[in-house]
Amino acid sequence: MTVVAKTFDPRQLKNTLARWLISAGGISVLFTLVLIFMYLVYVIKPIFESASIAPETQIQFLENAQDSETVAVGVDELKEIGFNINAQGEISFYQMQDNEDHARGEHLLTESILSNDENLQKILSTTSNQYVLLTTDGTIKVVEPTFIVSFEGDKRSMNPTVRYPLGEDAIYIDEDEAAIKDFSFVMNEEKAMIMALSEDNRLIKTALIADDDFYYDPEFTAEYQLIADNIDAIDFIQVTPDTTMGVVARNNEVSVYELDDDWDVPVKGQFNPVIESQANITAMTLLSGSSSILFGTDNGDVLQWFEVASDDGRKFQQIRRFKASINEAITQIYPERYRKSFFAVTPSGQVGLYYTTSETQLWQGKMLQSDQQPFAIAPRANGVVLSGKTQLELLTVDNEHPEVTWSALWQEVWYEGYPEPAYIWQSTSGSDDFEAKFSLVPISFGTMKAALYAMLFAVPVALAAAVYTAYFMPPVMRKTVKPTIELMEALPTVILGFLAGLWLAPLIEAYLPAVFLLLILLPLATFITAFAWYKLPKNIKVFVPESFAPMIILPVLILAAMLAFTLSPMIEASWFGGDMRKFITNDLGIDFDQRNALVVGIAMGFAVIPTIFSMAEDAIFSVPKHLTSGSLALGATQWQTLVKVVLLTASPGIFSAIMMGLGRAVGETMIVLMATGNTPVIDWSIFQGMRTLSANIAVEMPESEVGSSHYRILFLAAFVLFVFTFVFNTLAEFVRQRLRDKYSSL
Amino acid sequence: MKTWFKSGSPWVWLSAAGVSISLISVVGLLLLIASRGLSYFWPSQIHQFELQNVHGESSVVIGEIYEHERIPAKQLNNKNVDIGDAQTVDRYLVKTGNRELVSLDFRWVLEPMVQKQTQPENVVVIERRTNGNFYGFIEEVYMGGEKVEAATLDDFIERVSELQEDIEQLQGKDIGAINFELERIRLKERKAELDGKLTSQLKADFEQRRAELAQQYNKLEANLNQLRQEVQRDKIVVRAMDGQTVDINLEQVLQITFNNQMGFFAKLGQFFHQIGSFIGDDPREANTEGGVFPAIFGTVLMVLLMTVIVSPLGVVAAIYLHEYAGNNAFTKLLRIAVINLAGVPSIVYGVFGLGFFVYMVGGSLDQLFYPESLPSPTFGSPGVLWSAITLAILTLPVVIVSTEEGLARIPSSMRHGSLALGATKAETLWRIILPIASPAIMTGIILAIARAAGEVAPLMLVGVVKMAPTLPLDGNFPFLHLERKFMHLGFHIYDVGFQSPNVEAARPLVYATALLLVTIIVALNMTAVSIRNRLREKYRSLEN
Repeated sequence: MTVVAKTFDPRQLKNTLARWLISAGGISVLFTLVLIFMYLVYVIKPIFESASIAPETQIQFLENAQDSETVAVGVDELKEIGFNINAQGEISFYQMQDNEDHARGEHLLTESILSNDENLQKILSTTSNQYVLLTTDGTIKVVEPTFIVSFEGDKRSMNPTVRYPLGEDAIYIDEDEAAIKDFSFVMNEEKAMIMALSEDNRLIKTALIADDDFYYDPEFTAEYQLIADNIDAIDFIQVTPDTTMGVVARNNEVSVYELDDDWDVPVKGQFNPVIESQANITAMTLLSGSSSILFGTDNGDVLQWFEVASDDGRKFQQIRRFKASINEAITQIYPERYRKSFFAVTPSGQVGLYYTTSETQLWQGKMLQSDQQPFAIAPRANGVVLSGKTQLELLTVDNEHPEVTWSALWQEVWYEGYPEPAYIWQSTSGSDDFEAKFSLVPISFGTMKAALYAMLFAVPVALAAAVYTAYFMPPVMRKTVKPTIELMEALPTVILGFLAGLWLAPLIEAYLPAVFLLLILLPLATFITAFAWYKLPKNIKVFVPESFAPMIILPVLILAAMLAFTLSPMIEASWFGGDMRKFITNDLGIDFDQRNALVVGIAMGFAVIPTIFSMAEDAIFSVPKHLTSGSLALGATQWQTLVKVVLLTASPGIFSAIMMGLGRAVGETMIVLMATGNTPVIDWSIFQGMRTLSANIAVEMPESEVGSSHYRILFLAAFVLFVFTFVFNTLAEFVRQRLRDKYSSL
Repeated sequence: MKTWFKSGSPWVWLSAAGVSISLISVVGLLLLIASRGLSYFWPSQIHQFELQNVHGESSVVIGEIYEHERIPAKQLNNKNVDIGDAQTVDRYLVKTGNRELVSLDFRWVLEPMVQKQTQPENVVVIERRTNGNFYGFIEEVYMGGEKVEAATLDDFIERVSELQEDIEQLQGKDIGAINFELERIRLKERKAELDGKLTSQLKADFEQRRAELAQQYNKLEANLNQLRQEVQRDKIVVRAMDGQTVDINLEQVLQITFNNQMGFFAKLGQFFHQIGSFIGDDPREANTEGGVFPAIFGTVLMVLLMTVIVSPLGVVAAIYLHEYAGNNAFTKLLRIAVINLAGVPSIVYGVFGLGFFVYMVGGSLDQLFYPESLPSPTFGSPGVLWSAITLAILTLPVVIVSTEEGLARIPSSMRHGSLALGATKAETLWRIILPIASPAIMTGIILAIARAAGEVAPLMLVGVVKMAPTLPLDGNFPFLHLERKFMHLGFHIYDVGFQSPNVEAARPLVYATALLLVTIIVALNMTAVSIRNRLREKYRSLEN
């Protein structure tokens, strides 16, 4: 037969084709596994990448506008239109990206905010995109660059305008219309809060309360309060975005004032953040979320302080220190609006990007010419704008997941408002500037705890059953017993979970003493039955041989269980004051959840028993018969043979059975979802619930936003599960393969 | 005693106890589900309790006894009852229904308070569309405002149920079809617009079609309104346990039974009738009442789709592993992959399915083929197709392992014989090996189906919902809607048992659903196991 003939034979062609098809099909299995692995990695990868900043675009200012110095810059949400405000109080908008209507760099609009007789003293930008212009007369004007999007058919166009949320008239900060040295301003829909130091050395608070809502209507009523007299100078002044606190720094002494009282402005706390380091405060700002204060110092540190509950009341405390520069002071700190990121700037224009919760430096480099150069963070934090003498620069910031680092996931983190560093999982909240708490420790702990309690219950029962079924049971009985127990594996876990949550949990709660009584009663009953059988006369023993043991014990165990449940209320009444649950909570001081580790242990134990049983039974059953025969022939008892020969030989198989069981317990979802309270606590107590990785995914995945840090962390949780079970399964399979080789050589 | 311990006999017995515990738990579990599930269908006796508290106030409670338990007297915090110095107290959980009259439709009745317990003959159970069951006594029956004989009630109910069926047909099928058609026209128009082919001629066509449909719709709606008026014609006046009388429009009534008058056979008939409506009806009252038909339908459809995907893949992979793969490192790697596919937690498949199939593949399909309906996703959101594919990966190892076992049992003499007669390897496989291995393949597929039918966790991410407005298979073109979300028995259990507002009332239904699911799965498994066993016997005889 020649090669040519072969290829032209249609039968051979079919044969080759079949070979290729089938091989492809076989390999696709491996491909699937690799695909799952790769895809999970692909989704997870971005959260561990650090930030990158790259120039995106640059536009020139109009020539006649180049003379006046730019004092503030900004950009719209989509980074399409940028603007600058110059020292004369003019705001100019420029197109930053080409689109159908406008070319990049096109000047769109210029508007004067200040009138000719007003002189700009200072400009402030708030986190909610307003710019506050303070004049030398002591008045302010608040402007909000607004971008109106309109649709004409399918065509979208965006036009900039300037909105005056407090009206176009100048507003005096001070009731007496004095000039102002320094001030801070924040506003929301209901009110604007100003704290200021007047030229005549009064520290004052002014609240502008909206008559309706500043979003629709600039009408307001002003309320003035005096905070303190005779303060000649302050270094820094800030009001928190929620308008409740004011922070003033003066000669390195920081005072925090409560601002939400209409009659009084009490001092909430006073501290010196640099007392230990002997440095001076060179910058102060508030982190988003209104609870953390950031200080820049002249030795290059950025310090994070917030209020912490301690034994002697709430106190401000230093939480973190970022070494932002080695040889320069930190003179400007720009916080992001929603997240806990901030940019720290040194006089020479070195910029560092940091995230407080994860305590990381995300980026560092020279971005600015000096610390006085106008700089602003884009509203979605995906870019920054800065202005040079004649141009506006836009830089892209790629910083999607600053809150996630390996250490933030696995180590204790000191979250805002917490008394100490802790492992917390709390992924969502109602507010926008909420500090997400992504510690995988509590849920990994929950996974371990659930698996451990399940194994504690399942391993003894499953191994005992496996030993007996494989070694002592007559073949006829084995033929029905084994499939029956294995049937349990086929039971949907949703049913086990439902029974555990709705039937077992209330039952255990009501008959708690019975559960503990069973631990003693069941073995005891077994021993008594066994001894009774041993003492039985020979002629009766013939009818009920020892090989019927499981059937003999079965009714005894049922009776023992019934006894335990009948005795339970009486035990409860006589020893535990009528209510064991109350006894545990009040007298022992242990928290008791109805859906607790005990319930999960039993329910998941049931799910795992068949897995362990089936594999362990196979391993023991396939121990070569001549080994046992040899041992028995040498005079060992059945039990001795079992322990010293059979179990020893089969031990790798038993090990791999337990590994498989553990793998199943770790990944089980529905049972833990339904039989625990799903609270992510770290507590080994048997009476408390837990939240596991798998249940966490099931609960939170449907509502997590695609591509967000939360979404990717849930993928990470799945990846952890995947790797975990991969290791266990591969190990188990490896051990089993070797055992099989060993048996065949015996 | 010492020799007894030395003999190891106690430990043997202890290990025997392990077997017993496992057996008790399996059988006990099945019995528990069976008894609770079946009792849901069995019409129970209606009890009337006359109660009196320590203050001498008396009241009447009518309902079904749900549970009976004995609790330590100390746990009882009830000042209204004098229990003397008894250690324990018996109490009954009674389902009193009448949800619109009393805030709780379940109530604990303490044994010491019961003065008299009777089972009145004429008490009725009224199964209603909303507000659950009503327990009470029928006082009067009205036809269109006129009082009539109570005996005509059965005919009235018959009439109402026929009318309701018509309404359902109109509302669900006919009007649903019009809405579906309207949506299709909208999408066609949008597509033409996107392609730049929307001419004024085409636009006019669409408008005309729309107008026609609107006309049809108006006609149907008029019909529907008429039927709705018809169905509200009759009403009954019933007296509840606290003596107040209530009007119940027959439109609300599904069934009226006199449970206490039923004999054994009447109850048996009612029992099967209840099972029938449980399987065939749609759910009511946020899934806590009525049937589970959409869930059964969804489960079956999803599993069938999955079978279509997994069977060829699994069989081919098994054939490769057993017939083609050499004994080398790559094959070992493949085997480890199979083991791991079986061991990876199901939720991980769910996460993978959601990310990869739904968002990545589905999202791309939408961009390519359904740009007209964007931004609302077609395949880019969880649905029955993605569920089937995800579960196909999940059950792939089940089919592979079972098929391979079947292949391994075929004596190599058969292969050699075939090859020696000049058949190619492919021919041997197709003509000899596969037919012989088919029972093993069947076993694998059945086991895969059983596994898939019970799996819930991944489905929660890739396509299952608590209430699907439409079935994935209906009379609207293209009939099989693979992108639709579906209901699933397992998820139904989770949802009704844990997410419903009235868990207590829904619990019996959950048991019934669990029983249904367990029955299906156990039956599938038993079939698979028996096929496998028969196969083993057959080859054992072949080998010798």
